[in-house]
Amino acid sequence: MTAYLLKRLAIALITLVLASMVVFAVLEIIPGDPARLMLGMNASADQVELLRNQMGLNAPLAARYLHWAGGLLSLDFGRSYTYSVPVIDLVRERIVVSLPLALIALALSTIIAIPVGLFSVGRHGRAGDTIAMGAAQLGVAVPNFWFALMLIYLFAVWLRLVPAGGFPGWSAGVWPALKSLVLPAIALALPQAAILARVTRSALIEVLNEDYIRTARAKGLPYRAVLWRHALRNAMIPVLTILGLQFAFLLAGTIIIENVFYLPGLGRLVFQAITQRDLIVVESVVMLLVAAVIAVNLLVDLSYAVVDPRLRSRQ
Amino acid sequence: MTLRFDIPEENFADILVKAFTNRSFLTGFVITALVAAVAIVSFFWTPFDVTRLIIADKTQAPSPAHWFGTDHFGRDIFSMIMVGARNSIAVALVAVGIGMGVGVPLGALAAARGGVVDEAVMRLNDLVFAFPALLSAIMITAIFGPGALNAIVAIGIFNIPVFARVARAGALAIWPREFILAARAAGKGKALITIEHVLPNIVTLLLVQGTIQFALGILAEAGLSYVGLGTQPPMPSWGRMLFDAQTRMGMAPWMAIFPGMAIVVTVLGLNLLGDGIADILDPKSRRQR
Repeated sequence: MTAYLLKRLAIALITLVLASMVVFAVLEIIPGDPARLMLGMNASADQVELLRNQMGLNAPLAARYLHWAGGLLSLDFGRSYTYSVPVIDLVRERIVVSLPLALIALALSTIIAIPVGLFSVGRHGRAGDTIAMGAAQLGVAVPNFWFALMLIYLFAVWLRLVPAGGFPGWSAGVWPALKSLVLPAIALALPQAAILARVTRSALIEVLNEDYIRTARAKGLPYRAVLWRHALRNAMIPVLTILGLQFAFLLAGTIIIENVFYLPGLGRLVFQAITQRDLIVVESVVMLLVAAVIAVNLLVDLSYAVVDPRLRSRQ
Repeated sequence: MTLRFDIPEENFADILVKAFTNRSFLTGFVITALVAAVAIVSFFWTPFDVTRLIIADKTQAPSPAHWFGTDHFGRDIFSMIMVGARNSIAVALVAVGIGMGVGVPLGALAAARGGVVDEAVMRLNDLVFAFPALLSAIMITAIFGPGALNAIVAIGIFNIPVFARVARAGALAIWPREFILAARAAGKGKALITIEHVLPNIVTLLLVQGTIQFALGILAEAGLSYVGLGTQPPMPSWGRMLFDAQTRMGMAPWMAIFPGMAIVVTVLGLNLLGDGIADILDPKSRRQR
């Protein structure tokens, strides 16, 4: 078990280092001089050169990489070229939108998907199952940003229940802030729930074919008890895997949804930074998201051991 | 989805009968064929010319003349969806081609060689998987310039590890088989065995994954075009049409409804097709139904 965990940890760290090199390299080869961009087209070559020196852009490649990577480790992400504020401040400002949004969407998706999966298994092969899985099949096919547009039309334009976009900030009160996250969260959650419901169903069906389920039934346990106590727990591994992937996806994948709803989240920050060539913001936030994805995947690996005791004793 | 690696020994006619009695396959096949037909027809004929702007006809509601209404430039939405189908299919198909073309050899190599090579390929996979796909695709298209070509490359890159993984898993299940042992005894090298025996036996797996990635590619292309980084105007694309529709939702909801439905129907068709193929060729999953 310890060996397994150490191996996972080592892989995660290697991936992280390699990823940081890729991000740094990609942004290194793209055209555009940040110093020139900050000073504008009228600046003289000397001025640009001076700023390049100040920004450390003339240092050797390896030195710049180490400086940047070292900064990341101490949460010093550098200063944004366009906003002239520390990148960490921008991140802090935006993450309070993106993280709650991702968490609400994840919770919604789970709350919808697990019961639908259980329902489907309970009516395996009958009309209820067919309808539920048909709906899930449809849900998987819906692009979340189109679904978002439809929600805006229905609930914001037509019924006027919630705002069509924008974010008042948490300082405006928890309720108004939450209200502006409701539609984006639903738009993100439904397609995710469809995938999760399908995975839950097939994982449960697989487990219900196992011998120990027959044994549990044979010793007289009612179907419900078997389903909850034996089947669901054993079906959790694929479900957890997908949940982990979805959370990672939600953290970064809100980028389009944030654009639909004009939410000032991390995705929108990167999106704007890309178009403004604010490279330090792009590389820092992308790295942060990559680190989050790696961390979530590692946590999922660890959670297997919690869910499945057999993995704990295995050497 | 869980893929299994048992290859049923059936002849083609049996499989065909099974295919056309499988509800999922049949529905998916009909929808996909229909979308493909629409895309092909759009090369020769569309109800209206999608390049002509007729401002007098702008934002008209659906009518017998304009089945899906018109957009803010007076273009016929139905015709634009027809041309958009061509574009979506092309982008997604080439992206799948890139993923398969690079991923399958990598996966097959990892399975054949094992050891350090295998480890290296798998770590490379982990690396690509660590990057949020959509965000990275946006980064790539924004940096190297928006357009269909860069969108294809951006989507294609993220297909590579998917196919590498499936090919490796499939190949690993084939390698211990007796017929591989026989081939080795006959003196064939690993490369030849991979081409002659391993790959033909994992084709169906790759086909199933291919339809899934195809569907995901269509969603990704729509997403990229929606944020203005995919297919560029005046070439109609479903994602771009949705972007144009967003600010006009109140007065012309049809501008958003129909292109979105086109995406949903296409992706649904491909997913059903993939599920169907997996069902037909995989006895275990059929038993479970």
